Amino acid sequence: MKLTLKIWRQKNNKAKGELKTYPIDGIEGDMSFLEMLDVLNEGLINKGEEPVVFDHDCREGICGSCSLQINGEPHGPDRLVTTCQLHMRMFNDGDTIVIEPFRAKAFPVIKDLVVDRSSFDRIQQAGGFISVNTSGNTIDANSIPVNKHDADESFNAATCIGCGACVAACKNASAMLFTSAKVSQFALLPQGRIEATERVLNMVAQMDKEGFGNCTNTGACEIECPKGISLENIARMNREYLSASLEG
Amino acid sequence: MSKLDSKIPKGPLADKWTKHKNDINLVNPANKRSIDIIMVGTGLAGGSAAATLAELGYNVKTFCYQDSPRRAHSIAAQGGINAAKNYQGDGDSNYRLFYDTVKGGDYRSREANVYRLAEVSANIIDQCVAQGVPFAREYGGYLDNRSFGGVLVSRTFYAKGQTGQQLLLGAYSAMNRQINRGKITPYNRHEMLDLVIVDGKARGIIARDLVTGEIERHSAHAVVIASGGYGNAFFLSTNAMGSNATAAWKIHKRGAYFANPCYTQIHPTCIPVSGDHQSKLTLMSESLRNDGRIWVPKKIEDAEAIRSGKKKPNDLSAEERDYYLERRYPSFGNLVPRDVASRAAKERCDAGFGVNKTGQAVFLDFASAIERYGKEQAGIHGNHNPSKEEVTKLGKKVIEDKYGNLFQMYQKIVDENPYETPMMIYPAVHYTMGGIWVDYNLQSTIPGCYVTGEANFSDHGANRLGASALMQGLADGYFVLPYTIGNYLSQDIKTGPIPTDSKEFDEAENKVRELLEKLINNKGKHSVDHFHKKLGHIMWNKCGMARNAKDLESAMSEIRALREEFWRDVRVPGDMNEMNAELEKATRVADFLELGELFAKDALHRNESCGGHFREEYQTEEGEALRDDENFMYVAAWEYTGDPATEVLHKEELEYENIEVKSRSYK
Repeated sequence: MKLTLKIWRQKNNKAKGELKTYPIDGIEGDMSFLEMLDVLNEGLINKGEEPVVFDHDCREGICGSCSLQINGEPHGPDRLVTTCQLHMRMFNDGDTIVIEPFRAKAFPVIKDLVVDRSSFDRIQQAGGFISVNTSGNTIDANSIPVNKHDADESFNAATCIGCGACVAACKNASAMLFTSAKVSQFALLPQGRIEATERVLNMVAQMDKEGFGNCTNTGACEIECPKGISLENIARMNREYLSASLEG
Repeated sequence: MSKLDSKIPKGPLADKWTKHKNDINLVNPANKRSIDIIMVGTGLAGGSAAATLAELGYNVKTFCYQDSPRRAHSIAAQGGINAAKNYQGDGDSNYRLFYDTVKGGDYRSREANVYRLAEVSANIIDQCVAQGVPFAREYGGYLDNRSFGGVLVSRTFYAKGQTGQQLLLGAYSAMNRQINRGKITPYNRHEMLDLVIVDGKARGIIARDLVTGEIERHSAHAVVIASGGYGNAFFLSTNAMGSNATAAWKIHKRGAYFANPCYTQIHPTCIPVSGDHQSKLTLMSESLRNDGRIWVPKKIEDAEAIRSGKKKPNDLSAEERDYYLERRYPSFGNLVPRDVASRAAKERCDAGFGVNKTGQAVFLDFASAIERYGKEQAGIHGNHNPSKEEVTKLGKKVIEDKYGNLFQMYQKIVDENPYETPMMIYPAVHYTMGGIWVDYNLQSTIPGCYVTGEANFSDHGANRLGASALMQGLADGYFVLPYTIGNYLSQDIKTGPIPTDSKEFDEAENKVRELLEKLINNKGKHSVDHFHKKLGHIMWNKCGMARNAKDLESAMSEIRALREEFWRDVRVPGDMNEMNAELEKATRVADFLELGELFAKDALHRNESCGGHFREEYQTEEGEALRDDENFMYVAAWEYTGDPATEVLHKEELEYENIEVKSRSYK
């Protein structure tokens, strides 16, 4: 395959960025999108140019490091995959592909395609935990039976990889899907109910403080989420938030 | 004189850990507030330890190269975590988990460590459930289990194919609670580039801020390395792209002995290599072997026909297939340990029965499981005379519930539907049992420098059983290190903060700067990846699933030559004082180029086959690994001397008092 890549290059957080054009040849359908970028970078290094920097690590769709806005879509045109699992067979010979970083006020660009997503960590630090010490002095695991349906729903919410595609897909750059996934995971389990009130209030407050926008129910986040995290989580978080506000 | 004192407590096996905990010194809560601990790595071993140490009251600084602790590669562990809960009532016990682990490790691990691991395993599950880890449950609301290789009980707890993710997010949430309380200071996007030793004790590290490029000094009363394994020495592995041995290798060069580097696990079920552009390999969980049957065609003509596309796997009847694991190992069948399954796949492929274009793949087939589950489900739903279509539909649903994400991952990578046609799989480098030598307290040969998780060598001997890595990481972090490190730190209650303006910090920082400047100013002809791929090629071909003396000797000299070429000819574009991904890779590959040579040296010296270390010269007539207990029942701990080729061997003899050492049989 022969492709034309238009890639966002930005020296650092302060510098002004721009789209640069790179023609590339010899791309095979079995390559992942990131392996295609590896080929580009190898060529750039051999020509004495600086390679394109992008976040990536596990390359199996679970660590949440990789990002990229590909032709306007977070993680590109395929569904339920991260960029590292997107394969070049999704593209055609002669295509032009525009590659940008995830765009959001709360995700400032660090360099080229790398953004700072530490705002996500701070939301989790505000309340994304159960306050149990890890010393091992807890009750036997089977003394808390959990309804299988609730356990499965909790698990589904917990599979969020924290990549930020929901934010990048949203016209308001809202982090509601991300935050609600964690709130839901705990809200659905008896162990998590105990601190449910403070948790939702604290996490939402931090989310607002980070500069994420509000949810206007467009549902773009759910469509672009590589892990299929459901919008129902946002509804659940809104219910939790409302009852917590009334309680508080 | 050898420094290898394993410090195994005296007394009966089952009492050692309890007695040891009662005997060690404690630090009072007020004094903990004035003690600092550095944690390098935030995966299961590092994240869990950081959280627990902070809860106890110590000041913890965590370091990870990723942008968040949640991205550590523990997250990619799929199948599950073992614990001797005996919830299934199938005869499990601490002793049986201990026994299975020692046997699975081919009698090359320490009895006392492994028993402790089994002893705390049940507690891990309690802890994680309390944290809100959503393990799989049965309809009655209780926890579900499945089986893994090398055992005859169901003791593996799981969260679909994302167990590592859920456990890591549990440890991350425990860390977050402590970050919120101000007890952990996280340094993300930081890489440790050297250890600082003051008066013979580990007292700090030199780290590079990967965003600004700034070189930083950090001091502490103890340093813990939890930075994972060195599988990426092979370039292609199931590790993350950034997984590296740098932290472990730097402490090795500062005096920590490196144990059993040649013990590497090649995992039998990975998606085969598709071409030269490949950057990493993807694992298909061992849990799939609960339900999948592994086979190749019986007749070589059929294998050729499948390779050339003239026949499809489903064209072959059951009689025309060779379920070689079931044939060779009737009692364990498809659930033999990983090393055995990998070698068996290689044996069939080398004999010409491989099933993909490259001839390096075997089938993993779910058709029987789909049929079995489908019939069972139809019965449960009151349909006692289901059609074939109904059975298939119901059976696929069960498989999807159990392994859905793995099947989807396979489909995205290979572009084939594994519900319809068997998966193709081949072994790939996955885990390293070898690592930094530690005593019973998890302390390396450098006082104050502790090593946990995959980065140490301690629990898995020559082969790790499935679902035991998560167990070890969390056992070390939640339940072992927090006790043992206190004993050491009890001498430091009056020390006060460790200054960073000492000559030791100056020396270490200068060394790091020199290294980075050398790489940047080298301006050679080839990229870092060029060298890394070449190293991987040598490692896979000569230090891989089957090794022999001649290949290992040439591997040593080839790696040495490659290392010299690297330093002559590597090109690292960009600058030191900025985010520079190529520079990060270069420092890591420079270390792999040294470690690789020691790896080959260790494999060459071990004139026996054991677990994942298979020397072609030492095998039974049936092609099974042949140990030499008389001469090699020891841990090989290597001391750095300035050059990997001349490292000095120290031996820790292994003693088995509670287990009868015999040859491992899964037949």
